[in-house]
Amino acid sequence: MKQALETIRRTADELIAAAADERAVEDLRVRFLGKKGELTAILKQMGKLSAEERPVVGALANEIREEITEQIALRTKALADAALTARLASETIDVTLPGNRPAQGMRHPFEQVLGELKQIFLGMGFDVVAGPEIEYDHYNFEMLNMPKSHPARDTQDTFYITENMLLRTQTSPMQIRTMEAQKPPIRIICPGRVYRSDAVDATHSPIFHQIEGLVVDKDITFSDLKGTLEVFIKKLYGEDTKVRFRPHHFPYTEPSAEMDMSCFKCGGKGCSMCKGEGWIEILGCGMVHPKVLENCGIDPEVYSGYAFGIGLERITMMRYGIDDMRLLYENDLRFLRQFK
Amino acid sequence: MKMPLNWAKEFAKFDCTPREYAERMSMSGSKVETYESEADAIKNVVIGRVLSIVPHPDSDHMVITQIDIGAQEPVQIVTGAGNLKVGDLVPAALHKSLLPGGKEIRKGKLRGVESNGMLCSLSELGLSINDFPHAVEDGILVLDEECAVGTPAVQALGMDDVSVEFEITPNRPDCLSVRGLARETAATFGVPFEDHLPVVKEGHGDVNSMLKVRIENPDLCYRYVGAVVENVRVKPSPRWMRERLRMCGVRPINNLVDITNYVMLEYGQPMHCFDYKYVNGGEIVVRNAKAGEQIQTLDGIDRELSEEMLVIADQKGPIAVAGVMGGEFSGVYEDTTTIVFESAMFNGPSVRTTAKKLGMRTEASGRYEKGLDPNGCLRCLQRALELVQLLDAGDVVNGVVDVWTHKREERRILLRPEMVNKLLGTDLTKQEMIDILLPLDFKMDGDEVIIPSNRWDMERDCDIAEEVARFVGYNKMPSTVMRGVAEARPTPRQIFTEKMMNALVGYGFYECETFSFYSRKAFDMICLPENHPLRNAVVISNPLGEDTSIMRTTALPSVLDVVARNYNARAAECPVFEYATEYTPDQDPEKLPKESEKVIVAAYGANWDYLAVKGVVEQLLATAGITGWQIRRNTSGNTWHPGRTADIYLPVYDEKRNPIGEILLATVGELHPTVLANYGIKPRVVAADISLDALFENRGGTAQFQPLPKHPASTRDLALVADIEVPASEIAARIEKGAGKILASLTLFDVYTGDKIEAGKKSLAYNLVLRASDRTLTDEECENAVKKILKNLEEIGVALRS
Repeated sequence: MKQALETIRRTADELIAAAADERAVEDLRVRFLGKKGELTAILKQMGKLSAEERPVVGALANEIREEITEQIALRTKALADAALTARLASETIDVTLPGNRPAQGMRHPFEQVLGELKQIFLGMGFDVVAGPEIEYDHYNFEMLNMPKSHPARDTQDTFYITENMLLRTQTSPMQIRTMEAQKPPIRIICPGRVYRSDAVDATHSPIFHQIEGLVVDKDITFSDLKGTLEVFIKKLYGEDTKVRFRPHHFPYTEPSAEMDMSCFKCGGKGCSMCKGEGWIEILGCGMVHPKVLENCGIDPEVYSGYAFGIGLERITMMRYGIDDMRLLYENDLRFLRQFK
Repeated sequence: MKMPLNWAKEFAKFDCTPREYAERMSMSGSKVETYESEADAIKNVVIGRVLSIVPHPDSDHMVITQIDIGAQEPVQIVTGAGNLKVGDLVPAALHKSLLPGGKEIRKGKLRGVESNGMLCSLSELGLSINDFPHAVEDGILVLDEECAVGTPAVQALGMDDVSVEFEITPNRPDCLSVRGLARETAATFGVPFEDHLPVVKEGHGDVNSMLKVRIENPDLCYRYVGAVVENVRVKPSPRWMRERLRMCGVRPINNLVDITNYVMLEYGQPMHCFDYKYVNGGEIVVRNAKAGEQIQTLDGIDRELSEEMLVIADQKGPIAVAGVMGGEFSGVYEDTTTIVFESAMFNGPSVRTTAKKLGMRTEASGRYEKGLDPNGCLRCLQRALELVQLLDAGDVVNGVVDVWTHKREERRILLRPEMVNKLLGTDLTKQEMIDILLPLDFKMDGDEVIIPSNRWDMERDCDIAEEVARFVGYNKMPSTVMRGVAEARPTPRQIFTEKMMNALVGYGFYECETFSFYSRKAFDMICLPENHPLRNAVVISNPLGEDTSIMRTTALPSVLDVVARNYNARAAECPVFEYATEYTPDQDPEKLPKESEKVIVAAYGANWDYLAVKGVVEQLLATAGITGWQIRRNTSGNTWHPGRTADIYLPVYDEKRNPIGEILLATVGELHPTVLANYGIKPRVVAADISLDALFENRGGTAQFQPLPKHPASTRDLALVADIEVPASEIAARIEKGAGKILASLTLFDVYTGDKIEAGKKSLAYNLVLRASDRTLTDEECENAVKKILKNLEEIGVALRS
């Protein structure tokens, strides 16, 4: 009997080691350890043994059962490992193939830059307002201290609808509409389309975008204007950006200024972008003219304010290095796709 | 305004580089556009004396010259000009020299003879016969004044001054003059302003016996000063005057015309001179033109005048359009013996209107319309007479005729230092302010600032503040951050719009920006019928051209232009959208048009068919939180494909849920093949015209959480057969109605038409998920629901597919 057990041990060892797959291993488990298996068959004959032999053979049989169980487990694991390795090997792909990108459109470059500007001004407490593009002469000019014969009107060649109605040449009429509708404190920006009778070329367009800003409150000073616009430019172009203010003239502000920023390309040394000056003209601004305040029923002895106007085209073109304004209105996808 | 630096230095002694000058003037408020010297374009050209001239052995028209340029050896130069003689002083461009236009001169051989440079003509130096009237136009410039050989030509020819070009804002017409800019210069550099008071020497006779002036319309002519000069001697003006005019960009003509231009540049006041013999009756009448009256202006064009225009007339008729341009016979001619000088002040707006109407904006009209100083007229005339005497251009008749209807009374502004400081955020003393104002020609009388009559832009505190600020230096003033600033929030509308735009971008669409105006042809392009309401557009009265003449009533043509452009650029697909404003005229033409916000979506390409774009619209509606919308076929237009277009709308109900109307949310469909052909687009284009206004007004609120289902769902698949024209929306509606509340979802997963089914029929396969929130549904409940659904469908002839 002992011999028979040893034979089982040997045969099982050999066969399990040689089993080619999990199915074969399972067959061997049934053959040796199953209810009708070889080892079970021998154990069933244990009764025939003497009382002395029985525990010895029993111990041996148990030892062999454990041994076979362990062999089967090891073999199963080895086979599974091999199968997994083989699967992984067979599933290898060229991971450098181009990915399948999800469709993704883009906002127009204007809107991307405008979005950033809005965030900056919202953060500084400016509400964003909108107004009509077709506007009364009254709001676009007269209330802004530019009566019908004012020579400054010539600097804004105007499209007229009727004698009293026009395509707004600036977003400034929203200053008036806001001041008429709301008492100070006022703090707004008004982005939008404006129109001037300029033929299309690389730097001109009969339609362009402005962002008007207006602050009216008690004790608003020219120094506040400077401080606010400095913060704005630094947020947009970086903390190292320098600004300077130059006297200028607008009929609706006094004192008036133009603001230059240090050239973002050369840092102020002088290059082709800034025409060697180191400075780039960026916006016009000034203290709201007391006549404009009075026109809106605001007492300039009590209140003061400042206003500014930013050209979105200019800022967008500078930001992305676009050299021709026409591209912005042609909407060629090869252009639009570039501004991810 | 161009100004030669040396001219300004007559009034203010300053010394700095042109660059520093430009910088400091810009920062004090006189913006320098650019500065240039004619000398920059001319290098290594010197004055030489012709020592000898011998014929060229191999050329009939060339000569070989030896030129003394002050060096040890003379320079040999071959030239083709025939106007030279030995002893002449000429400009010689030497080896490696530079001439205007970037022309470089190097030594070389001309027909075998060495030439070490080039002798220059007027035009080669960028000059004209007007600058050097004694010279010949087609030969070498021969100097008529003595000059040391070797002197740089730019110095000898007066081309070494620097001309500074200013951008003068409309509020400062006083700075359209050398004298005005010199005053700014003196204040900027802190040097005294050295004014010049014209002095006219005693002449002969009495002007009043020769000239009468009458102003008929004092509202349009504030002052008219006239003087007479007899025995005029018309000749070129002296070189210094010609040089200064040239530097200012004014062509020298003759001494008398040059004097009028010189005084205008120096003082800012336009001047005019008439030939006395054409002033009929010796009387000048300033009056409105008569209807139908005509004048031929100096430029030789006949102009029809209208009654609101002001003219200078004699007893016969108009001889000049006041403040704009003289008439044909109002100039100075070779046979002119006596002239009348005019120094007048006209109403700015009137001059502006007249010039605009006649289509001739002149140097004079540009100045008048900004509002000049009538108080300065006399002085300018005296300056002109002083120059006549200096240049010996004629004999001045004693006296002037001065008719003055509107004097500028003295203007005073109370100096309120606290208001100035309050506006600027500064802490300046009153004395500091006064120290800034005095050099600018303001005078103080106690606390009052007396405004000079040429600074009519000065009206109140803020104007004083600007004068103070620009001389303190804008950049030396403090920068402060406002107090009490709270962060602002976008409005619900702004948040909504951003959400919609960003959603579209997420679906793969590119945003466009197109012009808000187009041509009427755009309506034809999209095949709008003749009487379609969208053809009623806001018209621009003065458009750039027909292509941009009306405001768009629909942005669809704008977006189709973009699609066509990209198709022509061979884009494989073109998913684009524009967030566009459309302009609808009000019935009352004096009321502002309605401006509505639209989103126009358009696409072609493999991934973009009708259902894809409709899916985008459905998703947008879902993002907007809009439920309960309905859809129906739109067969109305010629713009859209009649079989592939739908309107999506929202029914409006009264309190009892009776439908009382609807709101159109969007139209989605394929463009009509004719429209696409008009645009030259070959592939099918699907578009959607979405009303952002309607979406916003009907948007849903914040999404409300629904508990996750606790009970299992049952699913049923229904394969249905329907007549081909029964819309899927109708079938879905009946399924929804039949299933009631337990319908958790309904998905159409197959649509089939073809030979495996009866002709005129289609098969639709739906998957239904049924679920109750409070219990597990029994089979019976589910079967009952299906039965109810099938009964509903039976009414429209839809049955289970056998």
